[in-house]
Amino acid sequence: MKSRRDYWIQNVRIVTGLLIVWFVVSYGLGILLVEPLNRVRLPGSGFKLGFWFAQQGSIYVFVGLILAYVGRMNRLDREYGVAEDEEPAAGDDPREPGA
Amino acid sequence: MNVQGWTFAIVGLTFALYIAIAMWSKARSTGEFYVAGKGVHPIANGMATAADWMSAASFISMAGLISFLGYDGSVYLMGWTGGYVLLALLLAPYLRKFGKFTVPDFVGDRYESQVARVVAVFCAVFVSFTYVAGQMRGVGVVFSRFLQVDIDAGVFIGMGIVFFYAVLGGMKGITYTQVAQYCVLIFAYLVPAIFISILMTGNPVPQLGFGAAEVGTTTPLLDKLDGLHAELGFAPYTDGSKAMLDVFCITAALMVGTAGLPHVIVRFYTVPRVRDARSSAGWALLFIALLYTTAPAVAVFARANLLNTVSEQPYAELPDWFRQWEATSLIRFDDRNGDGLVQYVGDPERNELEIDRDIMVLANPEIAGLPDWVVGLVAAGGLAAALSTAAGLLLVVSSAVSHDLLKRALAPGISERAELISARVAAAVAVGVAGYLGVNPPDYVAAVVAFAFGLAASSFFPAILLGIFSKRMNREGAVAGMVTGIGFTTAYIVYFKFVAPEANTPDRWWFGISPEGIGALGMVVNFVVATVVSRLFPPPSQAVQRLIEDIRIPRGAGEAHEISA
Repeated sequence: MKSRRDYWIQNVRIVTGLLIVWFVVSYGLGILLVEPLNRVRLPGSGFKLGFWFAQQGSIYVFVGLILAYVGRMNRLDREYGVAEDEEPAAGDDPREPGA
Repeated sequence: MNVQGWTFAIVGLTFALYIAIAMWSKARSTGEFYVAGKGVHPIANGMATAADWMSAASFISMAGLISFLGYDGSVYLMGWTGGYVLLALLLAPYLRKFGKFTVPDFVGDRYESQVARVVAVFCAVFVSFTYVAGQMRGVGVVFSRFLQVDIDAGVFIGMGIVFFYAVLGGMKGITYTQVAQYCVLIFAYLVPAIFISILMTGNPVPQLGFGAAEVGTTTPLLDKLDGLHAELGFAPYTDGSKAMLDVFCITAALMVGTAGLPHVIVRFYTVPRVRDARSSAGWALLFIALLYTTAPAVAVFARANLLNTVSEQPYAELPDWFRQWEATSLIRFDDRNGDGLVQYVGDPERNELEIDRDIMVLANPEIAGLPDWVVGLVAAGGLAAALSTAAGLLLVVSSAVSHDLLKRALAPGISERAELISARVAAAVAVGVAGYLGVNPPDYVAAVVAFAFGLAASSFFPAILLGIFSKRMNREGAVAGMVTGIGFTTAYIVYFKFVAPEANTPDRWWFGISPEGIGALGMVVNFVVATVVSRLFPPPSQAVQRLIEDIRIPRGAGEAHEISA
């Protein structure tokens, strides 16, 4: 089995990559670069591009980012043998007081 | 049937549904009461999270705010959705693995400190009550306008419903009621938006419609709106007027605040596994995005419709909805130049019309002339949004008092049965306090809500994040960071909102950052102080090191991390 340390490094790497996209789309395209982008129109619509990113595009990207995260982490879990379905369910939470 | 008949019928039907669900899902243990026995399906949890999160502010106020702010309103759209990315990537899976009940649980155990735990309890309770006050105002507005009952009576009815399913069902009752409430509120939000989008632009998808041209013309709706704004002396709709740094900071404060709000975080404790916590955040954001991408479209339609309907029109010929809102004094008209026409312009000297931003979503179907049942549906949706959020917040208060304060700090030997009773009593008391706040709303609700986000951003978020991602972070660093972060944010907001409100202008703010955005700076202060102070003291104990190792990996038995005294 690969080490927990490597798993954690990979985990942090995935999260960092996704957060860079998160920052660029919302703060970059939606706020810092909004004025130059507003000189361009989103093709096929009346939206100014910067305005569109601030009020629509960033939100679509956010949803996509979480979906990408879920997919990549599930794969990583299996690769490192730490996925939860590989253990008996009873071991999940022995501290459950109501159980 | 008229508007009122439809409203009574639809609101009555939805209330009956919530009560039926509550009776079916009564909580029998503290596990069920606090975290629904950790057996909630991720999609159901996603819907419940979405309803929990989308409050009266999202449903009733947000589109109206954007309608008046234009581009500047983007801070709410990005801030209140982008926070979920932080939550899903940085907090939710690890907190689920940690596997206790509340946010103070994590802070107290991770930093082995009762002081940190009690600070967290205080923040959780304060943030929650702040929020509840806003929800109750929303309930009052809907009841007074659509059901013609007294606002106070409306608040009592609302509190009665919440009392019933929060006190009885705990998190289990709340979760399944919230699933139903999500369905009601999203249906109520989308139906009028789609209708209006078809009427105005011929496109049934509002997200696309507001970028299209109005029916019969070729100029995009947004350009037409910019033109109308220029004519009437308002700031251009698509450009906005706030300073860029301020927009940046407000967005950051709202995002980080969202990720740090205890009633949202606690929802990720209710799913069975770590991977469910991850996917559940994805579902939640998807369900939220459905409303949040529609809201800017509603804002544009409402703005264009409003200007077309009232601007330079004779007061005597205005439609019926105008007078009904006037009666609630949420619309005020003062014919200053006596010409009998409505001058609605940017210049405060000549402007004759004051419109409360909160009414735009509720009045929108009437302004667009939609059928009566749609108006009733919107009223039911607004109530669903307000009640679902209120219930989630009340549960946080109840668990903070009975679990974190009583069981973990004051009376550790308390039995499960006694804890469950005390949780119900705390929930009942919290409902009472919320009802009082609804009947006697503090007139500074908006100011206090900014406070709630600033506080969550500058306290919980850094403490939890560092607790997961830094093994070196210790009690001294975390407590020093939380205290300075909260202190800094509180001082700034209190100064500008309460001590010297007359100085609350952009040129007096630090670097032009408004009190709404100062939580972002407070968070930075927290991070810096925590990191520096933690280096001056020894690293946390072996037990805590093992706890951190453990929460970073989804699988693995975890008895070793029961470390608190």
